[in-house]
Amino acid sequence: MNTTWAYTSNNFVYSAMALFTLSFLAHAFETAFAVRAPKNADATDGNLLKKTLDYKRTERAARLATAFMALGTALLLAGIISRGISAGHAPWGNMYEFSITGAFAFSLAYLAALRKYDLRWLGLFISFSVLLTLGTAITLLYRNSAPLVPALKSTWLIIHVSTAIICGGIFLLANVIAAAYLFLERYEESGARPVWALRIPSLETLDQLSYRLVAFVFPLWTFSVIAGAIWAESAWGRYWGWDPKETWAFITWVAYAVYLHARVTVGWRGRRAAWLCIFAGSTFLFNYVYINVWGTGKHTYSGLNQK
Amino acid sequence: MSNNVEIPELGFIGLARFAWRQLTSMRTALILLMMMGLAAIPGSIIPQRTSNPIAVRDFFDKHPGTAPFYDRLSLFDVYGSPWFSAIYILLFISLIGCVLPRAVEHFHAMRALPPLTPKNLSRMEHYTTLSGGEEALASARKWFKKNRFRVREEDGSLSAEKGYLRETGNLLFHLSLIFILVGVSFGSLFGLQGEAIVNTGERFVNVPTSYDTLTLGKLTKESDLGQFTITVNKFVAKYDPKTNMPQDYTAYVTTTDGGVSKKQVVKVNSPLTFGSTRVYLQANGYSPIVTVRDSQGTIAFQGPVTFLPQDGNLRSIGAIKVPDATPSVGFVASFLPTFERTKTMGGVSIYPELLNPRLLFSVWSGDLGLDSGVPQSVYRINTKKMKNLGLGSVGVGETFAYQGGTITLEGVTPWINLQIVDDRGKGFTLFGGILAILGLISSLYGRRRRIWVKVTGSQVEVAALAKNNAPGLEAEVSRLVESVK
Repeated sequence: MNTTWAYTSNNFVYSAMALFTLSFLAHAFETAFAVRAPKNADATDGNLLKKTLDYKRTERAARLATAFMALGTALLLAGIISRGISAGHAPWGNMYEFSITGAFAFSLAYLAALRKYDLRWLGLFISFSVLLTLGTAITLLYRNSAPLVPALKSTWLIIHVSTAIICGGIFLLANVIAAAYLFLERYEESGARPVWALRIPSLETLDQLSYRLVAFVFPLWTFSVIAGAIWAESAWGRYWGWDPKETWAFITWVAYAVYLHARVTVGWRGRRAAWLCIFAGSTFLFNYVYINVWGTGKHTYSGLNQK
Repeated sequence: MSNNVEIPELGFIGLARFAWRQLTSMRTALILLMMMGLAAIPGSIIPQRTSNPIAVRDFFDKHPGTAPFYDRLSLFDVYGSPWFSAIYILLFISLIGCVLPRAVEHFHAMRALPPLTPKNLSRMEHYTTLSGGEEALASARKWFKKNRFRVREEDGSLSAEKGYLRETGNLLFHLSLIFILVGVSFGSLFGLQGEAIVNTGERFVNVPTSYDTLTLGKLTKESDLGQFTITVNKFVAKYDPKTNMPQDYTAYVTTTDGGVSKKQVVKVNSPLTFGSTRVYLQANGYSPIVTVRDSQGTIAFQGPVTFLPQDGNLRSIGAIKVPDATPSVGFVASFLPTFERTKTMGGVSIYPELLNPRLLFSVWSGDLGLDSGVPQSVYRINTKKMKNLGLGSVGVGETFAYQGGTITLEGVTPWINLQIVDDRGKGFTLFGGILAILGLISSLYGRRRRIWVKVTGSQVEVAALAKNNAPGLEAEVSRLVESVK
């Protein structure tokens, strides 16, 4: 164990948290100050209360927020890499390490989607969730950098765990977007969106986007489950044993399969599809949180029961 | 409801056909899929016999009221239960009924020409016009060919289609699930799975009596066991001195398979392979080697006794049964590889390696119950009919004398638990899994679209249509237009 590298890793993670905080503040500033009353309110119009959005004033804050986020993500990557160097293996041996990598995958998925879609309105929520994940990880889940237990010593660790974490990041992003859909749909049903939400893309775009993220990542999730099965065959003597983690990975797989069928073949759109998407995503979260911390079975790698 | 409507008599064939159509409908398949997901949940919450029989026994002890009821619903064996099987068998029948007709249809569609160019193109999405004539048709044909569209040409128009791979992938994916099911069933019918504890220095011969547990597939015979032996020469376990967590387990073995003798190494992630049988290193523990002498000093028992680990520091429990002593004696014992005495818990082990090994026991004399015919645990002694002769403890080389004899701890040898698995279906399953991924990729990333080019006089009309609103068609059309211009 190299403690210097472990400390370096922690410092990177702390710095990343600072940057995500700055990003959060900048996003908050942007959301709050893009709204303003019109300069020459038309008194005859009788619509004095109608406010407008002026992104020019907050454009700099928005750019800054994204830049902070990108930098924070890069620092997080540095934190993960130095954690790996300190431990001498891919840094996926306990729940702290899964969580910081998951936060990284989540914010990277957001930044990648940002290149194609104007999702900056989501930044407030994304930076907050990353901050929350990192905070939980470093306070409650933190374990010293340690060597891997024998069962984890395999090339499949890198393949199976990294793909599972990437899938998690993208599933959760799809969930956030589906939740935004449901939230805005309620407003639109009873009139107009609140002024700060005007910038958010149309409901149809949100609906499509969350579907596309799931459709994009579903084959990877299938691969991750199969890679896990191949690994289980060489470590535990069977490729599938209905271990709680395996069972819930299967349930997540089935839930997303139902979601994809419901959309493509049955033609579900909008609210029902969004709820189904959120349900499927929560099975993933349940598997991650509940099975890791309170569950039994062979996937007990959270490290939480060690001293 | 009124009874005015006359229901035509369906008859048996009619009824069967109705049931078949219901079962193979998309809706039923989806409901069954969802049910399978939900049905898997209880098995992840309630302990299962297959993975954790001890937890099931504890559950019976803790909830004597509900446990038998659960048991009747097969809740301790969810994945082998009739209701779980019913769901997946129905799902797969539904799947086959869904997929096979579609595969036939798709096969014909792939060989057929794209449909005729519609009369009115201007109603389509991505409709553009440009000036040009027959030569535009020629360059469009070239462009289609280069981009591997299938093209149908009909007086002055081209109808091109691409993206059949989407449906091909879709069918491939669903067929692959059938492969996976075949692999799973094949493995459970023709396989075997067993476990055996082997002390270092001992030899495992692959015959049914060598196993501690052995489950044969429904169509497997005991004579199907491969002929091999494994001698465990040495076992090395490494632990992290800071966290006491295991870092590495390695067993050095000599194997014979069909007369060929080889020295091999078994680790947690690298099993031994004998044909279709693989042998895994699954667990390990310690066997104290003891000698029990009677009051005359003659040896009543000598040898290693397997103890069962209870925690991460390998505090182990076991029983030394000596029926040959008169009267019979038994030792209810715990073995501590690194012994330390604490005020609150008595003797504990503080490290999993043999730094200060010590055997703690209570001595009992009387009927061990070995001849009673009731199966007994080798790790426990039923002391009901026995007399307690006191407590004792020994380190390596030490002897403890009790009323009627002595016990000596000669040494300690590690044991390993070998898991022997023969699964002949897993190749099928893996093949199905790879096929599933390929199918998913082409069905989820594939885009089916049609493009039409029509020349009327000096005007060229271009229109396109994408199924499932696949993105990127607009850019593709503009590339075509660019090349036609």
